[in-house]
Amino acid sequence: MSKLVISAIGPASSVQDGGRHGAQRYGLTPSGAMDRLALAAANCLVGNVPFTAAIEIGPFGAALTAREGAVRVALAGASRNADVAGRAVASDTSMTLADGETLTLGFARGGTFSYLAIEGGIAGEPMFGSLAVNARAGLGSPYPRPLQAGDELQTAAASGAAERRIDLPAVADGPIRVVMGPQDDEFGDAAKKLFLESEWKISATSDRMGYRLEGPVIKHLHGHNIVSDGTVDGSIQVPGNGAPIVLMPDRGTSGGYPKIATVISADFGRFAQIPAGRTFRFRAVGMAEAQAEVRKFAELLRTLAERVGPIDNFDLNIEALQDANVAGSAVSAVDAGTWQIPSANVLAQD
Amino acid sequence: LSEKRRIRRVYQAMAATLSPPRILPSGDSAITVEFSRNIDDAANQRVLALDRTLAREPVSGVTETVPTYRSLLVHYDPVKIDFDTLSEKLVSFAQLPVPRETKTRRWRIPVVYGGEHGIDLEDVAKTLKTTPDDIVARHVAGDYRVAMIGFTPGWSYLSGLEDSLHMPRRQNPRLLTPAGTISIGGVQTGVQCLAGPSGWHLLGRTAVRTYQLHRDPTFLLEPGDHVTFSAVDAKTFAEQDRAAEGGEIVAELIPS
Repeated sequence: MSKLVISAIGPASSVQDGGRHGAQRYGLTPSGAMDRLALAAANCLVGNVPFTAAIEIGPFGAALTAREGAVRVALAGASRNADVAGRAVASDTSMTLADGETLTLGFARGGTFSYLAIEGGIAGEPMFGSLAVNARAGLGSPYPRPLQAGDELQTAAASGAAERRIDLPAVADGPIRVVMGPQDDEFGDAAKKLFLESEWKISATSDRMGYRLEGPVIKHLHGHNIVSDGTVDGSIQVPGNGAPIVLMPDRGTSGGYPKIATVISADFGRFAQIPAGRTFRFRAVGMAEAQAEVRKFAELLRTLAERVGPIDNFDLNIEALQDANVAGSAVSAVDAGTWQIPSANVLAQD
Repeated sequence: LSEKRRIRRVYQAMAATLSPPRILPSGDSAITVEFSRNIDDAANQRVLALDRTLAREPVSGVTETVPTYRSLLVHYDPVKIDFDTLSEKLVSFAQLPVPRETKTRRWRIPVVYGGEHGIDLEDVAKTLKTTPDDIVARHVAGDYRVAMIGFTPGWSYLSGLEDSLHMPRRQNPRLLTPAGTISIGGVQTGVQCLAGPSGWHLLGRTAVRTYQLHRDPTFLLEPGDHVTFSAVDAKTFAEQDRAAEGGEIVAELIPS
């Protein structure tokens, strides 16, 4: 066994997997990764099954050190500056940390959450079949809380397999698609129009339970109290102050505010990745389109491993290199050995 | 709009003895089957009956059901079954006559009322112009049913609170109320398992854990279970709390 020691980590970082399902009738919310595609991609890169537990890293940075042996990991999700002992590393690739080496991650750019998957997964005691942290319910393993500096994750020793890269489809950047309802009849036409035609921002007070939206006030027709009913990931409820809240994987399983619309499953991860303060819009789609999209998304997840290949076989990806802040005259984009940038510079970018 | 028309056609095709529920999409992977907009005992019976029907006759693709006061949330895998097909099935199941509950469990849950354990008991008595003892007597006399479990693990919402105990919720919800709190709010009473925020009036506490991680069963109460309360003193509560911490159920199952 090797271990990955957390030397430093920002808030909103925790162990997450596909979540625990089947106990919502007892008030237990599923939790699980905010961006399931990114979790699955990171896991595929190190040969794990797609929803194996990984480290969900919030908008701030982190530093993780391999101890008692080498650890093979892969990073996917929000782009950020990343380096191992001064060598820049790209997102959507696997990498092996030699014993004692530290992976340093900067702030998230163009997203909020990154996933660091570990070859062989994280040792822990599943609760309802999941290691996912749900701090309110005291669930999650090996720590039933967000990760902190000093935490240690037991992992398998690195296999020594060749490093891989995954070729993910480009992320759409259009409006976040929603299906109206279940309680859109609690709102008048003007309120629904306002909801669909306005620019929204995600408030900095958002968390894994809910994303608070900043924008116009959405007024109810008959007041804001309805009898509590069930919620899903992506339910958009409108409390008394008229500021919508999109429910996220640590949501309450029931809620007593009218739900004007629901984010479609295929767009949920993309929505979860929108950074606080960035503007976006919603667009209503019919059930047929939403279900066609979720089936396409399921197919993408099912065939994700086919998108993994050797690093050398990939065409030069200028965008990724620029994103990693290493494209320049001093480096050869095709020779990873020349991707030398001082670690301090990486952090200064944040 | 065409979806709504399709659903309406489904309704018309049913020779309904019971009024059809409203089929409301909760995104692309869940359907809310709504029987009423209000807290309504008959509607809750139909929610629980549909939940039992789906447990007895599983529909391929349905992954999880969540009963609430007035609706059943049905989670499904849209790769296995589509919205229209599942909606039709749910409408037809929901209009089956509500079967009599065959095996109903009845629990007796011990509660220490008032004082530090139920800090709102005195105020509730004052508001309702009676004594704390009378409030306790009325609360203990009730025969309740678990209408739903939700919000946080094990938080059990009970229907059947007698009219004289109905009270609006507090103006200012408390950010933290203790584990095991027994409270009233609106037309409901409840058993709260974990410490957390609440806007209800706190009458007392129970040592019973409706959710306990390493115990079998992890979740004690099921939607549809009947519940009565019994008053115990603080010393008994302390003993029961130790026993419950060690994994004992503490609540009594009353033979019916």
